[in-house]
Amino acid sequence: MTLHAELRVRRGGFDLGVDLGVERGEVVALLGPNGAGKTTALRALAGLTPGGRVTCDGSAWDGLPAERRPVGVVFQDYLLFAHMSVLDNVAFGPRARGTRKAEANARALDHLRQVGLEDFAKAKPRTLSGGQAQRVALARALATSPELLLLDEPLAALDASTRLRVRSELARHLRTYEGHTLLVTHDPLDAMVLADRIVILEGGRAVQEGAPREVVRQPRTDYVAHLVGLNFYRGTAHSTEVRLDDGGTLTVAEPADGPVHVVFPPSAVSLYQEKPAGSPRNTWPVTVSGIEQHAHTTRVDLDGSPAVLADVTTATVAELRLQPGDELWASLKATEIHTYPR
Amino acid sequence: MRQRLPVVLVLPALAGLAFLLVPLIGLLVEAPWTTLPSQLVSAEVGEALKLSLVCASLATVVCLVLGVPLAWLLARGDLPGTGVVRALVTVPLVLPPVVGGVALLLVLGRRGLVGQHLDAWFGVSLPFTTAGVVVAEAFVAMPFLVISVEGALRAADRRYEEAAATLGASRWLTFRRVTLPGVLPGVVAGTVLCWARALGEFGATITFAGNFPGTTTTMPLAVYLALETDPDAAIVLSVVLLLVSVAVLAGLRDRWIRA
Repeated sequence: MTLHAELRVRRGGFDLGVDLGVERGEVVALLGPNGAGKTTALRALAGLTPGGRVTCDGSAWDGLPAERRPVGVVFQDYLLFAHMSVLDNVAFGPRARGTRKAEANARALDHLRQVGLEDFAKAKPRTLSGGQAQRVALARALATSPELLLLDEPLAALDASTRLRVRSELARHLRTYEGHTLLVTHDPLDAMVLADRIVILEGGRAVQEGAPREVVRQPRTDYVAHLVGLNFYRGTAHSTEVRLDDGGTLTVAEPADGPVHVVFPPSAVSLYQEKPAGSPRNTWPVTVSGIEQHAHTTRVDLDGSPAVLADVTTATVAELRLQPGDELWASLKATEIHTYPR
Repeated sequence: MRQRLPVVLVLPALAGLAFLLVPLIGLLVEAPWTTLPSQLVSAEVGEALKLSLVCASLATVVCLVLGVPLAWLLARGDLPGTGVVRALVTVPLVLPPVVGGVALLLVLGRRGLVGQHLDAWFGVSLPFTTAGVVVAEAFVAMPFLVISVEGALRAADRRYEEAAATLGASRWLTFRRVTLPGVLPGVVAGTVLCWARALGEFGATITFAGNFPGTTTTMPLAVYLALETDPDAAIVLSVVLLLVSVAVLAGLRDRWIRA
C-alpha cells in the first residue's frame, strides 16, 4: 500500500532526480529552498510535467496524463474557478469524472460540510477569505477521492495571523485523509507540524530524509541547519576533539572518531570582552560582523575560527555595547555540543 | 499638482480628434431629417438594412464557430509552425478586400478550384448569392475575431486549465467550462469587432457576390449606388449604418468590454 515515485525531470539547466515513497495515510513534506525543484516534483507526480515513474499499490501511472491520474492537487494560490460557485468548484472533479450532477453536488456539499463551509456553497470564490479559499481548494481536491493528495505551499498565500489557525485545521484534515499525502513547502514549521516524514530537497536532489524531530536534531546540510537555527559544522573527530573542516577545533563531551557533523544552538554561546580565565571550555576570539534583533533575544553574527552565531540577551547587548567590528571572546560548554557521524 | 500638458502633443491630438469626428458630425448635419422617416421605411433601405444585419450576423456566427477553435489552436496547440500560421491568419486583415474578393472568386467561383466540385457534386454555387455575401464578410472579418480571442487566451492563466486537468477534466471539458468563461470578455470584444467589420464590408462583397438588390446589396453597397442617383438616400443610409454601429459598440462596451 505504498506509492513509489522515481522522478526524473530535465529542463534547461535544471535536473531533478528524486525517489520518493509515501505510505498509505502518511504525510510526507518536501522541504527545500526556492528553485530546489519542489514544484517540479509535484507537477511530475500530478502528470502536469512528464518525467519519471510512479506506481501506486502496484498500478503504474507512467504516461498517464493529469486528467487520468487519481490525484488531487491544492495549488499555491488555490486556482478556484472564479466564474463558478463554491459548490460548482467542488463538484467539478466528480462531474468531470462522470458522476451525475445530483450525486456530484451531494458529494461536494458533504466535502464542504467537512471543512465547515456548507453555508458558502452558493458564494463566488472571490467573496471568500484566504483561509476559506484554502479550505474550498482542499475540499475540491478531496472530492474526487484521490489516491494521492498533493499540496503546493498550502499556507504561503495566507497572512501570518490566519496561517496558525489554518495550519492546525489542515493538520486535522490530513490526519483523517486515508490516501497518500505529499506536501511541498519552504516553511520548516509547515513541514514539522503537518508531516510525518520530511524529505529535504536541494538542487533537485534529496539530501536528507527523516522524522521531523530527527531532522531538527541532526541536520545534514547548511540549509537545514539554518532552517532549524543551529550552528552547524563538518569536522573530523579524534576522541573528544573535533577538527573543523573550515578551521578551528572544538572540544566535545561525547568521544567520537572519524568524520562527523557538529551542531549546537546559538544560545549555548557566551560572549566576553576579556578572555575568560582558567576554564576547560571552548574559548576563541571572534569579531562581530552583524547584529539582528529577534523577539526576545539578539542574534550576533561572529567571524572567527570557527565563525559562529550567538544568541544573547538584551542586557548583554547593553552591557557589551555591541557594534559591528567589536573584538570579543566566544565560549561554549563542551556538553552543549552534539556530534553525529556523517 | 498637475503638470501643464505640452502643446506639441495636445495640438496634433485635438486635430486628430477633429479629423475623426468632423466627418461624422457632417453626416448628421447634412442628413435630410425631415424626409428621413419616410426614406427609412422605403422598401430599398429596409431591404438593404435587413440584408446587412442578417449577413453580418451569419458571418459572425461562422467566424465564431471556426475562429474560436482556430484561436485556441494557435494559443494552446503547442504545434510547430504556429508563428507562420498566425502570420497567415492576419493576411486578410491587411489584404485589400477587393483582392480577397477576387481570391474567393477564383477558389469558390463556378470554375474555381473548390467551386467546380461544389457545383458538380452538390449543385451549390456561392458567387452572386446571399450565401456568397456571408462568405465574403466572414473571410474579411474572421482575423479580427481570431486575433482578439487568441490574445485573450494567451493572457489567461493556463494554471487554471492545469487545475481542471488534475480534477479529471478532458481538454474539451476544460475548454468549455474553464477556458472559455475565463476569456469571455475577449470573445465578446472580438465578436463585436468582427460583426462591425462584416457590417461595413464592401470590396470583397461586391467582387465576390456582386450587387443584386434584395439578395446581395448590403448597406455599404446601397450607399455607394445611391450616391450616384440619389445623394440624399446615400446620406440616410450612411446615418443608419453609423447609428447601428455606434449603438452596438456602446451597448456592448458598457456591459462587457469595460471589465
